[in-house]
Amino acid sequence: MSTTTHTPGRLEATLRAQRDAGKKCLVPYITGGLGDDWLASLAAVIDGGADACEIGIPFSDPVMDGPIIQQANDIALESGVTPESIAADLRGFESPIPLAFMTYYNIAYRMGHERFAKMLNDCGVSGSILPDIPMDESDEWIATADENGVENILFAAPTSPDERLARTGVRARGFVYAVGLLGITGERQSLAESATKIAARTKNHTDLPVLVGVGIGSPEQAVEACSQADGVIIGSTVVRRLVEGQGAGAVRELIASYREALDTAFPG
Amino acid sequence: MTMTDPGPTGRFGEFGGRFVPETLVPACIELEKAFYDAWADPEFRQELDTLLKDYAGRPSALTDCPRLSEELGFTLVLKREDLNHTGSHKINNVLGQALLAKRMGKTRLVAETGAGQHGVATATAAALLGMECLVYMGEVDMKRQELNVFRMKLLGAEVTPAMSGSRTLKDAVNEAMRDWVATVEESHYCLGSVMGPHPYPYMVREFHRVIGSEAREQINERHGRDPDVVTACVGGGSNAAGIFSGFVDTDAELVGVEPAGGAAVGDGIPGVVHGMLSYLKQDEWGQVLEAESISAGLDYPGVGPEHSHLAHIGRARYEQVTDAEVIEAFKLLPRTEGIIPALECAHALAWLSRDREALAGKLVLMNLSGRGDKDVNQMMEILEL
Repeated sequence: MSTTTHTPGRLEATLRAQRDAGKKCLVPYITGGLGDDWLASLAAVIDGGADACEIGIPFSDPVMDGPIIQQANDIALESGVTPESIAADLRGFESPIPLAFMTYYNIAYRMGHERFAKMLNDCGVSGSILPDIPMDESDEWIATADENGVENILFAAPTSPDERLARTGVRARGFVYAVGLLGITGERQSLAESATKIAARTKNHTDLPVLVGVGIGSPEQAVEACSQADGVIIGSTVVRRLVEGQGAGAVRELIASYREALDTAFPG
Repeated sequence: MTMTDPGPTGRFGEFGGRFVPETLVPACIELEKAFYDAWADPEFRQELDTLLKDYAGRPSALTDCPRLSEELGFTLVLKREDLNHTGSHKINNVLGQALLAKRMGKTRLVAETGAGQHGVATATAAALLGMECLVYMGEVDMKRQELNVFRMKLLGAEVTPAMSGSRTLKDAVNEAMRDWVATVEESHYCLGSVMGPHPYPYMVREFHRVIGSEAREQINERHGRDPDVVTACVGGGSNAAGIFSGFVDTDAELVGVEPAGGAAVGDGIPGVVHGMLSYLKQDEWGQVLEAESISAGLDYPGVGPEHSHLAHIGRARYEQVTDAEVIEAFKLLPRTEGIIPALECAHALAWLSRDREALAGKLVLMNLSGRGDKDVNQMMEILEL
């Protein structure tokens, strides 16, 4: 196992503290700019007991995302949302939990690495999650992210050989995003076997928190994944409620139900 | 050196690379290794050459165009990829990839298609080699290319509409990539152009190199020299890459012709989508713009990274033609030479027709990459004859 020598950022420190307390990390995803009152969704996620939150910057061609998040992307883009408008909304919002932007690489590339990193700094976002730029293409971006204190999360996939997991463990910041199954984001009937497997394999290679995302659709599945993982990321199950117009109250209840299930199973 | 091996980074100058989710990186590496291994294996080459000859009908003819040449004022010669089995150049790449997929132990081919030519070719190869085949096609394209949808189904493929975004080629690529992420263990993504993550741009160009190699030999034999100009239409750019590769080391001017509504080289700026860094039509925030072209096969906001490189270093140039010019040019070849071109190829004809004065007296080689049968329904509604 490799231990990284960098100073943990806010995201990593928060998730580590949760793990050190014997508890599990809950990181929901919401689509930035989805509805004029999207900050109410963020507040609901925080109220519900999330440890950190991923905020999606909509992209026209989200190849890692399933129908629900695609739909949320389209709705937000049609309403004129831009990376800058999301950042501007966040500037007035003092989040008590660390935030990460999840988007696709062309958003950062078009803006320029430096400007993208500065935008995150300016609006209080700690981390970046860019699923379509693997570490092999990341040298320049990771250097800029490190210089600016942006925690760049990397992915571990069920298809990644150990040699790649080892390198991921060294180069990732914040946490390692373990992809729970072969496929795109979306809720599934049951937790894929690959979810606990990849979490366990990844943890053999890194001391960073390892969170499982993609394919987690119920508190029971979250608990099951956490038999190996340090936490879970839940996206489509949250965004579906927002797309269906269920509102912030429903989101808060949903997050609280995951929180309760995780805290009951792993009381610390 | 141009149009050679891009090496392990898959870069053509600054363009190319491998921008895919981690899940797909090992699959791309495996494919890269398998391709290099197969391409260096005389047995694989022999197997592919035999299929190209006995099944696809290669070598394709080189056709002089005396009547159209007289009308245009220069000597036009066509490389007849329209005469290949399935009616376009696409079969060259697909036979190569399907054989490779089989060699890798894959049982299922996934493909995207725009006009349906690549989908038909993939369905054909899957039938030939006994593989399962699923083709994603934009819902809009399924309507304008009904005939090809039927052909794919007849060949035993499943055709699934891409319902997101502009519901054209770009969205079909997204759906194919999503499918591949979920089925990577048993599926090979049979990408239809010189685009996508490494090794696709390189591999697909190599599978189409046969176009340029044959044409070089044929035109020298018939006209005693290399052409002054080599031209082809460009969407992703596979037929252009194939013919350019045969002449990139000559003095011939290389001219790609893009649709004005989807001119990635002409109007785009560098960006990353579908696994590659290349010229891309996008807005100020990096959102990919929808292309708009009369031709479903060229209706794409990006372009293969090697074309971006060839444009960047000035080895090739890229012209644009409008839909109206294409409709006019579509009528030229049937009337003067008895050949109905695909709408995609009518783009190259439209440029030749427009720039005829500048081309006066030259020897011009055009890749006629596909036949127009698939387009006659669409054109019947536009042209009054």
